[in-house]
Amino acid sequence: MSLPFIVFFICALFAVVGAVVLILAREPIHSALALIQVMLSLAVLYLLLGAEFIAAVQVIVYAGAIMVLFVFVIMLLNMRVEERTNFSKLAYVGVVAAFALLLWTAHWLAHSPAGRVVGTGAGSAGAFDTVELSKQLFRPYLFPFEATSILILIAILGAMVLARKEE
Amino acid sequence: MRTVPIEWFLILSAILFGLGVVAFVFKRNVITIFMSIELMLNAVNLAFVAFARAHNQLDGLVFVFFVIVVAAAEAAVGLGIVILLARNRESLNVERMNLLKF
Repeated sequence: MSLPFIVFFICALFAVVGAVVLILAREPIHSALALIQVMLSLAVLYLLLGAEFIAAVQVIVYAGAIMVLFVFVIMLLNMRVEERTNFSKLAYVGVVAAFALLLWTAHWLAHSPAGRVVGTGAGSAGAFDTVELSKQLFRPYLFPFEATSILILIAILGAMVLARKEE
Repeated sequence: MRTVPIEWFLILSAILFGLGVVAFVFKRNVITIFMSIELMLNAVNLAFVAFARAHNQLDGLVFVFFVIVVAAAEAAVGLGIVILLARNRESLNVERMNLLKF
């Protein structure tokens, strides 16, 4: 058992436990904290895969900005225990179908030649070069990159218009 | 030193996505449903990074970057809608939002 395996198993365990706690928790703030746990363990997995920049962005933007926004709204609305109601029996069918599809995908990945993943495992080659990533981002992907700035501007305006108090 | 196979990351990603779907279907609160969408986006990001590593290409990481940006924009607008819902109705339970139900 080498070090990458140990790191992978610990982080995978943390991520799955966090996701299960998100489902089982009755208070939204507990779900939010469980989701932060999932995001932080995924950041460590990104480091294991050599994607340093993505790991940093994951911690700063996801665990930092987005989840702070969630926690802020939960506090603002003073949410308490989620009330239980009966839900559609169709939900069970949907969940079973979703997991069957996932298992089929995993099976396909493991057995089909088209799904066979080539290349090396995590932690083998060096890290991804962040300089190369920025070159990708600012040359072939320049137009989508600029489009995201427009998207964020529209999102800011939309959020302000939505949450504004009307006179 | 042996390395962790990429397939394991993909399986972890599939498990997290499945748990996100379960949370999306079974949670009752608007804001926790929103959080389960974020969980699914995270699972997809893990698959993107794993494939980028498997093929040693950076395009997967660029896509993860865009997914994170879109998730941030979505969170801003979505939480604005949640605040509006909380102001206009007393409950945030999705079962009670049946105004458009036929």
